Amino acid sequence: MADQGKARILGSAIKRREDPALITGKGRYTDDFTLPHMTHAVIVRSPYSHAHVRSIDTAAAAATPGVLAVYTAADIESSGAPGTVPTAWLLPDIKTPEHSLLAKGRVRYVGDGVAVVVGETRQAARAAAELVEVDYDPLDAVVDPQKATAEGAPQLFEDVPRNISFDWDLGDKEKTDLGFEGAAHTVSAELRNNRLIPHAIEPRAALADFDEHKGELTLRMTTQNPHVHRLLLSLASIGLPEHKIRVIAPEVGGGFGSKIHLYPDEAIAAWCAMQLKRPVKWVATRSETNLTDAHGRDHVTRAEMALDAEGRILGLRVDTHAAMGAYLSTFAPAVPTYLYGTLLSGQYDIPAIYVHVLGVFTNTAPVDAYRGAGRPEATFVIERMMDLAAAQLGQDPAEIRRRNFVAADAFPYATQVALEYDSGNYEPALDKALEAAGYAALRTEQKSRHDAGSSKWLGIGLSSYIEACGLAPSQVAGALGAQAGLWESAKIRVHPTGTVTVYTGSSSHGQGHETTFSQIVADRLGLEVEQVEVIHGDTKEVQFGMGTYGSRSAAVGGSAIANGVDRAIEKGRRIAAHMLEAAEEDVVFDDGQYTVKGVPDQAKSWGDVVLASYLAHDLPEGMEPGMETTAFYNPSNFVYPFGTHVAVVEVDSETGDVELLRYIAVDDCGNVINPMIVDGQVHGGVAQGIGQALWEQAVYDDNGQLLTGTLMDYALPRAHMLVSFELDRTVTPCPHNPLGVKGIGEAGAIASPAAVVNAVMDAVSHRGIRNIDMPLTPEKVWRAIQ
Amino acid sequence: MGHKIRVEVNGRVVEREVEAHTLLVHFLREDLALTGTNVGCETSLCGSCTVWMDGEAVKSCTQLAVQADGTTVTTIEGMRTGDEMHPMQQAFWEEHGLQCGYCTPGMIMATSALLKHNSNPSEGEIREALKGNVCRCTGYHNIVKAVQRAAQGGS
Amino acid sequence: MFLNPFEYHRAGSPQEALDLLNRHEGAKLIAGGHSLLPLMKQQLAQPTALIDIGRLAELSGVEKQGDSLRIGALTCHAELASSGMLATHCPILAEAAAKVADPQVRNKGTLGGNIAHADPASDLPAVLVATGATLDLMSPQGVRQVRAVDFFVGLLETDLAENELITAIHVPVLGQGSGSCYLKAEHPASGYAVCGAAVVVELGADGNAAAIRLSFNGLATTPVQCFPVVGALTGTDLADEAIDTAVNSLLSVEDPLGDIYASGEYRVQLAKVYCRRALKIARDRARG
Repeated sequence: MADQGKARILGSAIKRREDPALITGKGRYTDDFTLPHMTHAVIVRSPYSHAHVRSIDTAAAAATPGVLAVYTAADIESSGAPGTVPTAWLLPDIKTPEHSLLAKGRVRYVGDGVAVVVGETRQAARAAAELVEVDYDPLDAVVDPQKATAEGAPQLFEDVPRNISFDWDLGDKEKTDLGFEGAAHTVSAELRNNRLIPHAIEPRAALADFDEHKGELTLRMTTQNPHVHRLLLSLASIGLPEHKIRVIAPEVGGGFGSKIHLYPDEAIAAWCAMQLKRPVKWVATRSETNLTDAHGRDHVTRAEMALDAEGRILGLRVDTHAAMGAYLSTFAPAVPTYLYGTLLSGQYDIPAIYVHVLGVFTNTAPVDAYRGAGRPEATFVIERMMDLAAAQLGQDPAEIRRRNFVAADAFPYATQVALEYDSGNYEPALDKALEAAGYAALRTEQKSRHDAGSSKWLGIGLSSYIEACGLAPSQVAGALGAQAGLWESAKIRVHPTGTVTVYTGSSSHGQGHETTFSQIVADRLGLEVEQVEVIHGDTKEVQFGMGTYGSRSAAVGGSAIANGVDRAIEKGRRIAAHMLEAAEEDVVFDDGQYTVKGVPDQAKSWGDVVLASYLAHDLPEGMEPGMETTAFYNPSNFVYPFGTHVAVVEVDSETGDVELLRYIAVDDCGNVINPMIVDGQVHGGVAQGIGQALWEQAVYDDNGQLLTGTLMDYALPRAHMLVSFELDRTVTPCPHNPLGVKGIGEAGAIASPAAVVNAVMDAVSHRGIRNIDMPLTPEKVWRAIQ
Repeated sequence: MGHKIRVEVNGRVVEREVEAHTLLVHFLREDLALTGTNVGCETSLCGSCTVWMDGEAVKSCTQLAVQADGTTVTTIEGMRTGDEMHPMQQAFWEEHGLQCGYCTPGMIMATSALLKHNSNPSEGEIREALKGNVCRCTGYHNIVKAVQRAAQGGS
Repeated sequence: MFLNPFEYHRAGSPQEALDLLNRHEGAKLIAGGHSLLPLMKQQLAQPTALIDIGRLAELSGVEKQGDSLRIGALTCHAELASSGMLATHCPILAEAAAKVADPQVRNKGTLGGNIAHADPASDLPAVLVATGATLDLMSPQGVRQVRAVDFFVGLLETDLAENELITAIHVPVLGQGSGSCYLKAEHPASGYAVCGAAVVVELGADGNAAAIRLSFNGLATTPVQCFPVVGALTGTDLADEAIDTAVNSLLSVEDPLGDIYASGEYRVQLAKVYCRRALKIARDRARG
């Protein structure tokens, strides 16, 4: 019975509890809220990528009917507010120039805010914003992270020579160099990881309301981590004490990393509300979002791999210029370092690795975590190098991978780049993917097309990825520079009738936490999911929590919930033992019943025990009444999902057009709580990664003007450009968390760019083509073929 | 100068005065508080704002409210019959055709309009019909399945 | 995502539309609004007044008039795409209309609005040129007719005078023995044509090409016709090799358009590939 109960809830594809509101138009996102006397803020943004601001004349704007105020950096400064957005991840010797809410005398990218206009209506504020006269003295700009480090390049900050914010390395350089000496083969490549714009479909927004009598600010905003935003707002932006700020994440329309970071705009809205004592709403337009959301990726990498005669890897050297954009965004320094360099061993047993990274300021939007954050870049490097090595050695891409996998019996496995893989079993996932793809038959078809002289070339690409997610062990994060712990919290409030409200520090924005977390609780307590309510995304209701990113919600947030529930069960056991007059150690809890071992008719239900805890008429000596627990779960390691993806493409050799024919994904995210939601996460991640490989790119011209500022130019994957994905999985549970789960939110985006690019390169390799930079637009492919 | 318009929205006739430059989507969201219709871009390319006008799917960000005068408009809020969901809403739920939900109202309005013209579309036809709607969460996989389910009468 | 204020007038007749246009300096006509409103949101167009002609029933619909079809300027793309009349008598226009943007846009965007906007990446101008279409332009002085090929004069520029209104488009009926095809390389973001090829082929009684019309969008500010290719292939049996040779050697464009997505050189390559493919499809269709 108990086993059936478990099978029913945990691991079951139950429909999402979130959905009825969302599919009937009742989901309420930030811009859906209206408050009495609400005003509207519009930010005046720099049209120059780099310029001195000589003066700002706000008089005409301020005199416009319907305008309440026009503020500049000087106003924020004189208010006494700290007025900055901070960097929350520091590296040794990192340079962290101030990022003020509004520009102080200098703008450093197109979109940098110089003033804010608040009006009675959005229309009035918009019209007045155009009347703010800013006298700019344009400066030379630099947008390429390599060029930015050249002597004489335009410099963004006086005290940051060559625009280098940090110079970071990891691994044993000498040992790696030795690996290259006497290697039978070396393979090298310059790999660019294209700059992406996250494109959550809901643009960023904030609605700030200040209660001047209580001195309290309520800020509804588009956030993935309301407590982190509250903390940063308090410390660095508006200076209000933390307990006087309430941050609420209503429905949030996607994030993909872009709503982790604290931006000036939301803080400005909050500050304006405090000045005006009226609610202030700010909503980005799509073009504002594209200019100012933290972008992703933007690496230029030189990679070299040494191999022996049989194709075993002897060493890997990686040198990367990572663009940081104009300022260091919240977690930006972590992305191309601890989330990137540490992943360069991939699924492989590599005896020596050395990685060197320069974090570089450029006159562009800041760059920070975007779905995968560092790990897609690392996977791209290692998986491209595996294919380049296979091509050079004349080996099959599947075979060279197999030859280098960390063996199934080698776990825990310590890599040369600071991680300890706790578990893994890579070959079965590869085999499953190859079988699902019909790999041998695809190779046969590929050959027969060539033999027939077809102009439509077939390509098959593999990507065997690993990710370290479930961010992160706090001690490790702290040692590596994080200015935060990366645990998660859960409060389990059991009501007298036995139903449960869970307060989680994770903050859902599409991931289905209300469903998944209910399943965890219901499974453990023998309840129905309807008897569990999940509360998240409101700092006034929920204890401090770290939020949702880094594929951490199930592994860290879910584990916190599991532990919290287990504590409640433990307390219940003591009460049940007392009620049953049995020894505590003889009482077992299963499927909602406390029973005495060997005496099955001696039982108390969960509900009976909980009620007893609240009645408190007869509790064990010294026990407090009630049934409420709080757990802070601090993971002992990352979790390590892995898998192999296969892309099958057709290249039109006359036009260079790439058509995705099939996409097969075999993932291992450990135990699965809700397979429907897990699959959905893979679908979305894969689509974004395919988008990166084939279509997406933020393009700046040499003057720092964003040329892909709207959906007219920035190509997002659309339904007709994709196929239905073929998914399967293997299950290797995580050994160190109570649920045996690993993250799955980013896996798709981590694996797929390399799979697709490898497939296209496979299709054109008979022409001697080894590399084309993403996105693989038809023209680039066509030019390579010429 | 205001313009008086009369529009049947979700089965109820409303009369309002609107400014000429008010977009239909803002009229729906702000004047009528029908916030289920969302705005995701400003170039008529994301489809989040899709509603039906006289029974056909249109992007309400690319219509003036005054242009809607005399028409019948259906938004996501008008898709239920009593407490019963439209088959497409039900199908999106069954097939996990949404994650963050922001594009979803537009998706449901666009795909349910498709089925009015083509009751049994192929996967290719469904994907072509979704050209005007962007979803960043689902990779469209389950949206396609939802449309197929709705086309097959929800089974 | 917001428009600056303007006046709005709804016209009850084409004459009233012209009258309103005449009385409001800086006014623009609006039909479906799918070319104009996006420009206004980006403040690339800021008319002082909009004259709404969207409800003029007399400007909508497709009817056969002798050897040609009269298409009302307000006929929307969805209607063109599903028109039985077009499917029979001018299938290339239906084929191209079905490739414009997306279903929602096709439900509102109109043929007249599309061509008045004259975007070089738009699908329909090249198709109208290939079909030999003629436009009715109405002004207070009456109606004049302009050939489509003469109507498009530059980047977003047409022969339409400020006091004129497109009322109808006439396309010749493509009869027995004719075949047509429109193919496009689509921009992955905007959905516009990076390059599109519109081909009409008319076979004589001997099965050889009696007439060929080619027109491309995306290559220049106005639709490009390629007369050397037409000349080389007219009178031939349109064998695959003849098509390949003629197109590869004779299709050229001086100073083709280019942007960050596709250079001019690449667009010419696309034109060649799509021209060859479209010619073969049109030929096969003509042969039945």
